[in-house]
Amino acid sequence: MTIVEARADQAAPLVELRGVGRSFGSGRAVTALSGIDLQLPSGDYVAITGPSGAGKSTALNILGLLDRPSTGEYLFDGLPTAALDDRRRSGLRGSGIGFVFQSFHLLPTRTVRENVMLAFTYGGIPRHERSIRARTALERVGLGHRLEAFPATLSGGERQRVAIARAVCTDPRLLLADEPTGNLDRANADAVLALFDDLHADGLTIVVITHDPEVASRARRRVVITDGRLSEIAR
Amino acid sequence: MTARRRHDLRIGPRLSGGAASSRAARFDLRDLAAEVLEGVGARPLRLFVSLLGTVVGIGALVLTVGLGQTAGGQLDAHFDRVAAEHAEITPQKKQGADGEERAAAALPDDSADRVRRLAGVLAAATLTALPTEGLRVSAVPVHDPSEPETTPPPVYASSGELVEAIGAHLVAGRAFDAGHDARGDRVAILGSDAAATLGIRRLEAQPSVFLGDRSYTVIGILGESVTEAHLAGAVVIPTGAARRDFPSVPPDLVALHLDSAAGELVSRQAPIALDPNEPDVFTVAAPSRPTALQNEVGDDLDIVFLAIGLITLLAGGLGIANVTTLSVSERTGEIGLRRALGATRRQIGAQFVLESVVVGALGGVIGVALAVLAIVAVSALRGWTPVLDLPLAFGCAGLGAVVGLTAGAYPAAKAARTEPADALRSS
Repeated sequence: MTIVEARADQAAPLVELRGVGRSFGSGRAVTALSGIDLQLPSGDYVAITGPSGAGKSTALNILGLLDRPSTGEYLFDGLPTAALDDRRRSGLRGSGIGFVFQSFHLLPTRTVRENVMLAFTYGGIPRHERSIRARTALERVGLGHRLEAFPATLSGGERQRVAIARAVCTDPRLLLADEPTGNLDRANADAVLALFDDLHADGLTIVVITHDPEVASRARRRVVITDGRLSEIAR
Repeated sequence: MTARRRHDLRIGPRLSGGAASSRAARFDLRDLAAEVLEGVGARPLRLFVSLLGTVVGIGALVLTVGLGQTAGGQLDAHFDRVAAEHAEITPQKKQGADGEERAAAALPDDSADRVRRLAGVLAAATLTALPTEGLRVSAVPVHDPSEPETTPPPVYASSGELVEAIGAHLVAGRAFDAGHDARGDRVAILGSDAAATLGIRRLEAQPSVFLGDRSYTVIGILGESVTEAHLAGAVVIPTGAARRDFPSVPPDLVALHLDSAAGELVSRQAPIALDPNEPDVFTVAAPSRPTALQNEVGDDLDIVFLAIGLITLLAGGLGIANVTTLSVSERTGEIGLRRALGATRRQIGAQFVLESVVVGALGGVIGVALAVLAIVAVSALRGWTPVLDLPLAFGCAGLGAVVGLTAGAYPAAKAARTEPADALRSS
């Protein structure tokens, strides 16, 4: 079993995986993760790398409460998540975790502002605050001038910045990014990574899954998942 | 740190550019309604396809019922006009010791002449059902023993002004008159159905109808009568001939055609004219409503159209179910995104089922509106007064919502069951 110790100063980790495993199917089940231990103190910035099919996305889904581990325990901010029902897990996702996907996942029939405001709908933000907070979040990612544009009219980099604004506008504790620069050119990728640096400087805990060594090098820590097992790469 | 403060996750003013919310808002009905309306209106073409089945189904239902009610109202109005100008005099009936009802008095044979003299009476005729037990009614004189036994048409005797008194008309030939009646001529007029049954269509060759062995020359074919619709299947002969060839029976009723303003006056005077000593034994009343047969035919037609409407509605429901199922498949990524943003299974299910309900209700409202327009248009073309039961119209609009609810339940449950990780992976 590989153990990655927390190196941050904070005493209580924001994220703690204890012997987490995940297998799919019954009978000859496929094991995606095998007994992973991981601690992320608040404010950490971790890159998870590894070959395709190694279990990176499975780990991200478990960290984001989108999936449940088959074995082991996941504590989010000290709270054991195994016993949480769908409503409480959804509540934690809505208010505590932000997601950035490789394919952006913007709704094409809604404007940039409305896409960001969708996070508030489920994130517990009062209705009267939503529009102004969406504007502020979009201004933060440099898209204050494209509030009423539709996603189809944006470049890839702009779309990803909208997705980042949507992910962080509810002030989550944890930002999970799955290949956030996978569909972007180098200039746009740099802009997105600069945003991540900025968010990390603000104290946000960030986990990035990536194949890109350049992206991984921006993180404070790097871990690699190979064949469902996790190990840390010393810097 | 208390557990509550420990999990208050909305912090970090620089990230959102504002202070953390002072109160925790929940995904409420307004949020749900906004998401549902956005979901329904986002793809107009899909909405149109979803609506089509419900619009046609509900529209067919409302149109069927509405046209039926409008036509019924028209018939009622027509009958009311007839009722104002026509009346029947019948002897009152009393229950005998054996429990059967019998006439308390007999109408005089000359009843028609007596009431004809009253002011406001435009025509009067007695109508007497003749005994036909064992009587063969045929258009040919020869009795073929191999011929299957059939029920003979009823035979009535009437005085000369029958056609006018019952508000009918002749589709061929002429009616018998007072001369035929007085002479006891063996002539007959046939109801249109009886003529068809007997195979008599043209009168140029002076066809005969045989009542037993006696030949009656058919001189006319009776058209539709609103007040005595049953005569369509009958043979009618003059009273004079009936007196000669049939056992004597008193008239069953006196049919009257009245001046429209004379109804009340005649209803007072006619019983006195018939029997000054005992006028109360006669009843003057508007003719009875059209026969149950007509209503049954109408009911049968309604059932056919209602069945068509319901089948169309079922097809509409299946259409909604199909489109909603497709929509769930198409929007798997969106479902995954919403779940990632904090939507619960229940919220996802509620959104999809309500989208389906809204589509169904919208289809219902549009269907009802189009049907009402069609009813008004048909009524305007035919000069009718449109009639539609309002609760029924609203009910049908509601039925659209029920169809949407039923059709959307399974796809919505499927959407709610979708695992967020799978949804995000497959999109």
